[in-house]
Amino acid sequence: MIAEIGLALLWIAAALACLSLVAGTLFLRGGQKDLAALVRPASIAQGVLTATAFGLLIALFVRSDMSVELVARNSNSLKPMIFKVAGTWGNHEGSMLLWLTILSLSGALIALFEKRLREDTLIATLSAQAALSLGFFAFLIFSSNPFNRLPVAPPDGQGLNPLLQDIGLAFHPPTLYVGYVGLSVAFSFAVGALITREIGPAFARAMRPWVLFSWIFLTIGITAGSYWAYYELGWGGWWFWDPVENVSLIPWLAGAALLHSVAVTATRNALRAWTVMLAVIGFSMSMVGTFIVRSGLLTSVHSFAVDPERGTFLLVLMAIYIGGALTLFALRAGSVAEGKKFALLSREGALVINNLLLTTILALVLLGTLYPIVAEAMGEKISVGPPYYNRVAGPLALVLCLVMVAGPLLSWRKDDGKKMWSRLPPAILAGAAVLFALILFGGKVGILPLLGMTVAGVVAVASLAPLWGRNLRRTPLPTWGMVIAHFGVAVCLAGMGAESAFIKERLVAAAPGDVIKVGDFAVKFMGVKPVVGPNFTSIEGTLVATTSAGSSFTMRPEARTFPGLMGTAPTETNEAALLTRPGGQLYAVLGQPVTSDDGTADRYQIRLWWKPLVWWIWLGGGLIALGAALSLLGRAQLLGIWRSRRRRKSEERFAP
Amino acid sequence: MKAKHQRLVLALFAVAGIAGAGVLGASALRDEAAYFRTPVEIKGGKAVVGEPMRLGGMVALGSIARQSDGLTIRFVATDGKASVPVEYKGIVPDLFGEESGMVADGRMRADGTFVADRILAKHDERYMPPQMGDMPKNMKAPTAT
Repeated sequence: MIAEIGLALLWIAAALACLSLVAGTLFLRGGQKDLAALVRPASIAQGVLTATAFGLLIALFVRSDMSVELVARNSNSLKPMIFKVAGTWGNHEGSMLLWLTILSLSGALIALFEKRLREDTLIATLSAQAALSLGFFAFLIFSSNPFNRLPVAPPDGQGLNPLLQDIGLAFHPPTLYVGYVGLSVAFSFAVGALITREIGPAFARAMRPWVLFSWIFLTIGITAGSYWAYYELGWGGWWFWDPVENVSLIPWLAGAALLHSVAVTATRNALRAWTVMLAVIGFSMSMVGTFIVRSGLLTSVHSFAVDPERGTFLLVLMAIYIGGALTLFALRAGSVAEGKKFALLSREGALVINNLLLTTILALVLLGTLYPIVAEAMGEKISVGPPYYNRVAGPLALVLCLVMVAGPLLSWRKDDGKKMWSRLPPAILAGAAVLFALILFGGKVGILPLLGMTVAGVVAVASLAPLWGRNLRRTPLPTWGMVIAHFGVAVCLAGMGAESAFIKERLVAAAPGDVIKVGDFAVKFMGVKPVVGPNFTSIEGTLVATTSAGSSFTMRPEARTFPGLMGTAPTETNEAALLTRPGGQLYAVLGQPVTSDDGTADRYQIRLWWKPLVWWIWLGGGLIALGAALSLLGRAQLLGIWRSRRRRKSEERFAP
Repeated sequence: MKAKHQRLVLALFAVAGIAGAGVLGASALRDEAAYFRTPVEIKGGKAVVGEPMRLGGMVALGSIARQSDGLTIRFVATDGKASVPVEYKGIVPDLFGEESGMVADGRMRADGTFVADRILAKHDERYMPPQMGDMPKNMKAPTAT
């Protein structure tokens, strides 16, 4: 029954989306007020019903109902509970339902809480959101029905890809999806504002919390995904410029550009057409990403099934939405009124350069991601790897960081640069100190890591400059947010630079008792022993790492084997062992057993890395997200609402 | 500066940005993009010795041989039509094995061996390298000779 109810709820929710779209359109064309009253409740109901359908799918996975095709293919009754739940979105259909749930819930949240927009713009926005969800409802119901029943239920399911059975990964897709789909709200706001021609500070202020909100989740999702790849794949890298990573980075770049340009529109009523354009680009890039990852164009852990029909369906949806929004933009762009003027040397000027650089990086990453696909269509197989991306994105990102140094120190509209120059010397000194230290003691360091660490030094000090001379307790939250996020960029950059410049690697075939020297550590291989886990068996190695100061730590890397379930092949995974120290991380991987020429098999392949400051990369990512969250807290007037409620309550208390 | 002029300047900036990005991207793509080759293309003389490239194929049954240092492995990559010997020093990724697909980054040595710097794990047991998708799904990889 549960599966049937779930499907029925999806149909009803799709019908409600249809209703919002039709009622909204009729209202906007003919001004029938009574129809407009339908749109808000319909959007809210659609959100609730879709979320309930998703809840029912989770219930099916929790109960291991193998009569449902999706559960039988992707779950197993022996799996730990957390991975049964996470298995709900560890597959194509479930993840698309999650996507749609977030899309519908965002619509419901706009309908519930958005009070600042003009009524007709709000209705237009909700209709746009309904139009978006309608297409994805059609996609889900007609080509990826998650509630499909099997004619005969198998005794048990095939299980979830062991690589996905990791606690970090259980929450990686929902986080990234909230980010992806959160941008749909900005998209709908832009479409709504274009329809009613209400593009100005009010629209920008309504949109800004949503942009921040989705960008926080994108930041967390990318940071967590990077850390997952780092420790779970056992390659020791934190960013591979893999297409699936790129398609999460591209919306993030668009979001970063958008949240800076929306600030200009909200505060100064300038860059209006550009902000609208970026809002359209942001969600378009989310859709392009979903399409590339889910259509099977790329084969990876993310493409659950290669199905040309689904790919075509997504491509058509994408063409309709992006094409429609861009056409609307082209029709209305001419009538967007002139924004407020500003001098080149001003906060706005710096933000314009920020936006140009971010969108240029975005375009270059997109080019590198799509080029192999286009080349393949022309009959040539080409792979574009890290050398390309490092060469195009690295230098631009460093220039961007330098703009970030200057921007926050400039005032809006017009600036003579005096304040900026008076506050820069400490930052320049810090950068120079880092540069000299690296040249004197760093040995041979590549040019990009060298510049990266230098710029990180400059940014770290300069990012704090906006706080100088301020009463810290009275400094508004968004300012704190900006300072922390910019400081996070410096931390992240320093981590990347130090890791690339000073990484130490050892690869050996070691017998028990052997000592391997790497970095500051002497690592002794003690031996291996078999271990049995809940749904795997494993060989666990014991390593004792001793620093030159004499403290020692035990590390236990594992090589796990997951048995094949229901006729699938067994899978092996490496569980790296990580030792986090203030100066970096020691990373150990246990490889294959080695048979010597004399037939003894007591040696094992062991790979060790010493990665200086590597954890700063994710710390920086976390700080960026924290900064954005503080900014959101200030902007969304959550505190304001709280305060006014409290005031109202106290007033009520004194009322007769 | 008049508002009109400001718009013009901004537009010019944007155009310059796009043009610059285009030039940068095109030149970087020309220098850094590596070709994806299959064994039959390499045998057909499409690979230049020493040029970075990516090799895709299946690991031939019975071809994986560990060398005595315990770290280097040799195996034969095949696409059903031709095969290329591959040498790699390091820990192979989780899903690497005989009769399964693999992708390797590296370059050809003058003796006709492909020296891999990195073997890519394609984390799906159903993974097939591109261009091999047209091979029958249940076909056994040919054994090494």
